[in-house]
Amino acid sequence: MLEAPVVIAVSLCYLGLLFAVAWWGDKRADQGKSIIANPTIYALSMAVYCTTWTFYGSVGRAAVSGIGFLPVYLGPTLVMALGWFLLLKMIRIVKANRITSIADFISSRYGKSHLLGGLVTIIAVVGIIPYIALQLKAVSSSVSLLLSYPDIVMPDRSATMSVAADMSFYIALILAAFTIVFGTRHLDATERHEGMVAAIALESGVKLVAFLAVGGFVTYGLYDGFGDIFEHITTNPELRHLATAIPSGAGYTGWFSLIVLSGMAVLFLPRQFQVAVVENVNEAHLKRAAWLFPLYLLLINIFVLPIALGGLLHFAGQGVDADTFVLTLPMSQRQEGLALLVFIGGLSAATGMVIVETIALSTMVCNDLVMPLLLRHKRMAIEEAKDLSGVLLSIRRGAIVLILLLGYLYFRLAGEAYALVAIGLISFSAVAQFAPAMIGGMYWRGGTRGGALAGLAAGFMVWAYTLLLPSFAKSGWLPDEFLTQGLFGIELLRPQQLFGLGGFDEISHCLFWSFLANIGAYVGVSLLRPPMVAEATQATVFVDALKNNGPVGAALWRGRAKVSDLQELVGRFLGPTRAQTLFVAYARRRGHADGVMLEADAQLVQFAESLLAGAIGSASARVMVASVAKEEPLSIEEVMHILDEASQLRTYSRELERKSRELTAATLELQEANERLQELDRVKDDIMSSVTHELRTPLTSIRAFSELLRDDPRMHLADRERFLGLIVSEAERLTRLINQTLDLAKIESGRADWNGCELDLKEVIEQSIAATSQLFREKGADVELDLPDNPPLILADRDRLIQVMLNLLSNAVKFLAPGSGRVRVALQRLADGLEVSVADNGPGIRAEDQQLIFEKFRQVGDTMTAKPAGTGLGLPISRRIVEHFGGKLWVESVPGEGATFRFTLPFAPVRETAVAVAEGA
Amino acid sequence: MHRRVLAGDRLVAAFLIGCVLFNYPLLSLFDRHTQIFGIPLVFAYVFFAWAAVIAVMAWAVERRFK
Amino acid sequence: MSKKILIADDEQNIVISIEFLLRREGFAVLVAGDGEEALAKVRAERPDLVLLDVMMPRMNGFDVCQALRADPDLSGTRILMLTAKGRDTEVSKGLGLGADGYMTKPFSTKELLAEVRKLLGM
Repeated sequence: MLEAPVVIAVSLCYLGLLFAVAWWGDKRADQGKSIIANPTIYALSMAVYCTTWTFYGSVGRAAVSGIGFLPVYLGPTLVMALGWFLLLKMIRIVKANRITSIADFISSRYGKSHLLGGLVTIIAVVGIIPYIALQLKAVSSSVSLLLSYPDIVMPDRSATMSVAADMSFYIALILAAFTIVFGTRHLDATERHEGMVAAIALESGVKLVAFLAVGGFVTYGLYDGFGDIFEHITTNPELRHLATAIPSGAGYTGWFSLIVLSGMAVLFLPRQFQVAVVENVNEAHLKRAAWLFPLYLLLINIFVLPIALGGLLHFAGQGVDADTFVLTLPMSQRQEGLALLVFIGGLSAATGMVIVETIALSTMVCNDLVMPLLLRHKRMAIEEAKDLSGVLLSIRRGAIVLILLLGYLYFRLAGEAYALVAIGLISFSAVAQFAPAMIGGMYWRGGTRGGALAGLAAGFMVWAYTLLLPSFAKSGWLPDEFLTQGLFGIELLRPQQLFGLGGFDEISHCLFWSFLANIGAYVGVSLLRPPMVAEATQATVFVDALKNNGPVGAALWRGRAKVSDLQELVGRFLGPTRAQTLFVAYARRRGHADGVMLEADAQLVQFAESLLAGAIGSASARVMVASVAKEEPLSIEEVMHILDEASQLRTYSRELERKSRELTAATLELQEANERLQELDRVKDDIMSSVTHELRTPLTSIRAFSELLRDDPRMHLADRERFLGLIVSEAERLTRLINQTLDLAKIESGRADWNGCELDLKEVIEQSIAATSQLFREKGADVELDLPDNPPLILADRDRLIQVMLNLLSNAVKFLAPGSGRVRVALQRLADGLEVSVADNGPGIRAEDQQLIFEKFRQVGDTMTAKPAGTGLGLPISRRIVEHFGGKLWVESVPGEGATFRFTLPFAPVRETAVAVAEGA
Repeated sequence: MHRRVLAGDRLVAAFLIGCVLFNYPLLSLFDRHTQIFGIPLVFAYVFFAWAAVIAVMAWAVERRFK
Repeated sequence: MSKKILIADDEQNIVISIEFLLRREGFAVLVAGDGEEALAKVRAERPDLVLLDVMMPRMNGFDVCQALRADPDLSGTRILMLTAKGRDTEVSKGLGLGADGYMTKPFSTKELLAEVRKLLGM
């Protein structure tokens, strides 16, 4: 089933399927039912990062350097952790300014410069061409391998083969046609390709499945799992080094360089910028992608080393290229179906990359290279043409064909000398040159057009000299002496040991010199002069992209323009009908119900420019708008003034917001404080009223009896004595009440005197019982004691504890039935203190009253007709005393069976305690 | 707002952890002729550290508060 | 026939003193130690006047007053509230609930007698 017609038919069917998915995706997008509005699809589309380099090349790399293939995936993982910030900012900027490519991004940032956009485009095209060549190489060799089945014949590629007989040439043409159909069917102001993204996500799925299938086959079919394969190599002296070596020869520096390089590539490769930033539907998708994309990378790499080792063992000495193991291993086992699946997986990896990359590049070439030239040299002709949207599409299609043919050319020139991965790294190093201008542009206001131009140019030249030209030299297209003896035979200029710098692998070497030149020139030149008007404006737009400020651009435009002129201009590039629709919709949004705007204000001009920017790039859009609108130039002072005002306004409003938040908080606090005060007031009121009530009650009796005695001198002696006795006892009650009230007030206000010392609780209890023995005798009650000898000492105030005990004992006696009462006092040792219990066999206390009795002036005497004697302050005071010494006082009771009051006191801590209590007093 | 800031801080932490785990000198500690469960130590280490960093990232962004 | 007066208060000594005072003046005196008992005794004994303390267990004086006034059979019973809380709100609350008079503790025995006689129309 691996004959040519079958292979071709399956390939075409697969491409057809992709196209169907893309067509369906576009159709749904037009209906407003996006199928790619899904974080998983977004993450899968990012996996366009994995090309044939990953699919075929990683195994080749692993066969030489063990896990040296991995840093290229670790870098993106790390960068995705920062994607939350970096990518989010890029997405915001791109959406706000209708930026369509990385060239547009950089050109727009540094004042919408044509020159800069053009330079970025050239770097991108030149840098990416080897990468496209890599895909062509991989696809063509996979096809020829498959067609030689059942033999395994390494493709013979000699430079002498004619173009007409070269299969890769036709593959390049087919890919070009496919890309044209995919990416340039219509021109869109936002330049988004939903269908394409859907197809790319599908391809990512296919290549992962294919790779896992072949990995599983090799690891578990051909061998007996990971352990088996690794055991083979530890016993094989030639392969043993693969189990450890961090990229052989390159060392840790090379490893680190690759992490840095790939981290930047995953941001700045035109195709990655396209899928991650331009095609982003919803910035919330970044969250899922932040970990799902790295997870994809991990999964597709798990079987790389096993396949590489399996291939090395299996094909030992047969001269099979390790880059082909993924395909040749299933072929050697006659696994035709699996081989076909692998081939389709490889095709997915290649087509995905080529489609997105060339679409991104063709947009750049059109908007930032061709359009500016046309505008400059053929302005008249363009202005005469009524509808240019067709011209734009043609330019893009031409660019796609051209880019693929350049890729083919590089493949013919240099493709043979390098392994897949090495070719890819040349491209990575090229796009890494965008990093300073991009990241600097997003976070540093000081960067200027001159700085960006100088940095990019310097970095690009160093890259070309140290990496690109050597790749030609190694392929024999430049003399070998260039490498070994340097340019013009000057040893210091040897491209891979520039100025004698040795000890680096070629990638680290290039990275160091190119970044030194790039960053140095970018920063150095930027610092030569302050930013000009356009640069300062755009710096604000970019650097402040995450702050929610209004469009700065509109605030910075002053002039006159006619609505009809603007609409006609937009119509020329987007088509008159589409322009009409867009303008009417815009007028409605601005509040003109009839869809007609009479005056073109700064915002409308801005709107027209952003529409054009989507189609022809921001720099060209600015030029075109300037041709129909009379702009009054602003001086740098005016611009800075406006920008300052805007930023001051933002500061003011932030300040206001903060102030108002503070005010709200303060108001709340005040309210709470007020409520607390009122509550305190109410409590105080209650207490005052309770106290007066309690004072008035004995006074009432005293006064009444006194008056009775006074008014009736002939009262019986017995009555007289009885009344006098009552007066005395009520007076005593009054005294007690006053004392306790003052006592409690002192305790509560913290002004009470405490004389803390270590004391024996047993002694205290015995002393208290002796003091109340008279009470017990009167009631005819028994007292049982259960006191251990020599209990551990506790720290408390002796008099206060006696006060507590007296209170509890007199309470107990008070409620006992005369004659049959029994009170049991026990002292018990707990883990961290002592517990005293006073149990009586009185009437008990109802559950709902068990808390109440500890409140001030709350007496519970339901079971009696009269109130029990007492002030209602004894228990609250006792509780406070016990709590003061770190204990607790509570009651347990079953009504009818008596009540048990218990309190605990902690052991005296060793030493220090006396000091602590003294301080607390 | 706080939640967003916290998630962001966690991602930065994941980035820093990854930078340390994936590079010299920590990496060199595992670069030796030893096997763990029949797998070369350095291979097992890199994949384990990688998976751990991804897990931290997933936890940071997907975790729902309350 | 002498007028019948019910003293409702939970403070025994106060009850003793008022009881002594009223008996000396020739009234028939009944005693209740809490609100519920007071209510029951009013219904059973139909006193002409009730001296009603506000702060009593089980049922406070206000509730007793309200219950008495809700019963049309007892509309002839006069009520004199006695309280140790002398605040204006308490006074107006008692009068609002239908009490006929109000005295604040401690009171003078002369004033109490005068008030009692006034309420009984003597």
